[in-house]
Amino acid sequence: MACFLVPAAEAVITTIATKVMKKKEQSSGKDHERVEITLDGQHTETVEKRPFSSKMKWLNNLLWGGSGLLMFEHLWHGEVVPWFPFLTAAQDPESTSEMLHEMSTVGVTMAVAVTAVWGVMVAVSSALQKRAEKDAEKISEEEQTAEE
Amino acid sequence: MTLLITVFAAVIATVVWYRRDPEDDMNVGLLCWMFWGAALMWLVDAVYEYIELGAEYFTPSLKDMLNDSFLGLSVIALAMVVWVIVLLIRDPKGKVRRSFYRNRARKENS
Repeated sequence: MACFLVPAAEAVITTIATKVMKKKEQSSGKDHERVEITLDGQHTETVEKRPFSSKMKWLNNLLWGGSGLLMFEHLWHGEVVPWFPFLTAAQDPESTSEMLHEMSTVGVTMAVAVTAVWGVMVAVSSALQKRAEKDAEKISEEEQTAEE
Repeated sequence: MTLLITVFAAVIATVVWYRRDPEDDMNVGLLCWMFWGAALMWLVDAVYEYIELGAEYFTPSLKDMLNDSFLGLSVIALAMVVWVIVLLIRDPKGKVRRSFYRNRARKENS
């Protein structure tokens, strides 16, 4: 009925949070942090670390993309209309309560599921980043001892 | 069917992004995010429907299947149109901007 509104609302909040975070990172210089990594376990390279605001953009993209396409589905089924009140379920109290129930169950679960998947993505990417940095440190240490 | 079509689109977009576009010059990443986001949300919707309908969920009528397939394809078309518009506006390879200059030079020559 209007379940996509919950992830869309979350998208608005996370987009604002991302912008605030990006400004903070820019002011503290964290947005251009450089680290040494290895991708093949043999050679090292210096790269710019992805700041957290950049990872927040993944969540924004998932939420905006998903809720945008879901809005189209609701248009397809005639649940969203281009005139006021835009939601056909908002025209009578019975449908409105049904819509609110759906939003609080399906909509909230959608938002939680997308956020949980993003959380796993962030955790995995952080672990991979740390491993690449640790391996690069090992290679540098080995090179130093070989030189000595 | 809509969920199934969107999942296939998400997987194909992700494979294209991984194989051909590591620098993401063509902005294929945008398609991946849109399709995965929608697929996740439809998956939740499908779980709720399954809880409500039970095994009946897996045996939709032919009419419903056709309608859902048509919707799935339309969703992919919409996402691709959004992707093309964003690609042309961002113009990462500068082709759109270059085409303006070429036209201008031709006009000046004539």
